[in-house]
Amino acid sequence: MRLSVFLLALFPFAWMVYHAVTGGLGTNPIEAVTHRTGWWTLAFLMLTLAVTPLRQLLGWGPLIKLRRMLGLFAFFYASLHFAIYVGIDQFFALDYILEDIMDRPYITVGFAALLILLPLAATSTKKMIKRLGGKRWNRLHKLVYVAAALGVLHFLWLVKADTREPTIFGAILVALLGFRLVSERLRRFRIRPTAGGRRLRVSPEPPRVESRAGRVKLKSASPR
Amino acid sequence: MLIKRPADIRESEVTNEQLYIDRRKFITTVAGAGAGLGLAATAGPLLACSGDTRAAGGAIEEAGRQDDELTPFEDVTSYNNFYEFGTGKDDPAKNAHTLRTRPWTVTVEGECNKPGVYDIDDILKRFPAEERIYRLRCVEAWSMVIPWMGFPLADLIKSLEPTSQAKFVEFRTLLDPDQMPGQRRRVLEWPYVEGLRMDEAMHPLAIFSVGLYGKVLPNQNGAPIRLVVPWKYGFKSIKSVVSLRFTRDMPLNSWAKSIPNEYGFYANVNPEVDHPRWSQARERRIGELRKRPTLMFNGYAEQVASLYSGLDLRKYY
Repeated sequence: MRLSVFLLALFPFAWMVYHAVTGGLGTNPIEAVTHRTGWWTLAFLMLTLAVTPLRQLLGWGPLIKLRRMLGLFAFFYASLHFAIYVGIDQFFALDYILEDIMDRPYITVGFAALLILLPLAATSTKKMIKRLGGKRWNRLHKLVYVAAALGVLHFLWLVKADTREPTIFGAILVALLGFRLVSERLRRFRIRPTAGGRRLRVSPEPPRVESRAGRVKLKSASPR
Repeated sequence: MLIKRPADIRESEVTNEQLYIDRRKFITTVAGAGAGLGLAATAGPLLACSGDTRAAGGAIEEAGRQDDELTPFEDVTSYNNFYEFGTGKDDPAKNAHTLRTRPWTVTVEGECNKPGVYDIDDILKRFPAEERIYRLRCVEAWSMVIPWMGFPLADLIKSLEPTSQAKFVEFRTLLDPDQMPGQRRRVLEWPYVEGLRMDEAMHPLAIFSVGLYGKVLPNQNGAPIRLVVPWKYGFKSIKSVVSLRFTRDMPLNSWAKSIPNEYGFYANVNPEVDHPRWSQARERRIGELRKRPTLMFNGYAEQVASLYSGLDLRKYY
């Protein structure tokens, strides 16, 4: 499963390269690749954030195995997006790039989102999870919501009048965040009385012992 | 090349595009060389021989820089902002086939002695098209160089005899969601409205275009008749015009109405006044890798700057 998802996730990139070689990027190819990589960054952020809700809804624990990869693909497309902006769009004109980051809110928030993704990608290895400890790691990786929100804002502030696509991304993000908040509240409500003690709450997704912990938690969180 | 009635042009009469481009290059080069040697008198007749320039056209050639190469026909006709057919750049080329450009009338109203409903073919007969090569600078910071076919807006306006009360001209695009599917979504308020101050409209650089590259204007470029005001951002050059109204008050143009702090009435190309969200200092010429600096009034400062002397261009963006 992981390999096929990996190939699937690589497809937008391959498709773009194919278009670049065959001239299929249209009249303004630089704009096209910038927009495409940005779009796929948001898409992969949403997919990453959808993993946990989907697991709970479908009751299919192994889905968690995809989360890290999807998140890293979001980071991959974000880096590509930024590299294209710096290297091709601005042609390494540092003064203009700095001016953009400082003075143009949509670029400021986009850059901030990338900066947030950076430590998340860096701490995505098993070793780093161990070093940080599950709880701290979890807290750090909640930042992905902030990055996604800034990413949506980046898109929203960039468009001229047609806000449909950024609004859809925003709605998806709100739905995913809402689902998590509600399910967490439900879980807290349920666990407290049965567990007798305090603070026995299972942290949302213990990333370390993925599958087993996931299943255990799923049981306690499932409606029936 | 003159087209008096673009609808009558047969494909066989149209100059092959590469030939066309080569000829343009030749003319520009010769004109440049002539001017360089102080032989403007020689260059003048040469330009006249090509049959596509008048007084203002000559000035345009001079204003044009050597590196202003024509943007290929395919790019001019496949990368368009024409929200009536969708907000994607490639949407108009895909969707504009639903636009019916005949029969077509232009309604003239307001402060003038000759209001009425004018048939497009009568307009075309009356005002022969000539070629004008203009830079087009979009507010989104990309640009093209387009060989338009058209006639001075001033010629039409004079014939309509505006009264002394006429201070502005307001233009409107067709409103018909069946022909313009993009109008089913309220991205902007429909119909699209634009306007010019009377002196701007009378300026010899402002034209009504009915064609490009020697061909009838493609639907996605604003057929059958559109404004071209080369010293202003592209959104001022309203497409598929169905009405013209002479007014005492400044018209409220669509983008200014939609986002007033970002788009104004004047919308003169100005590298020193940024869009609130992005820089206007540079632009990407379609087909080029590196951005190039944007010129004041899109390079037509010599011809139009006097229209705005004393006007705070930062305030009246």
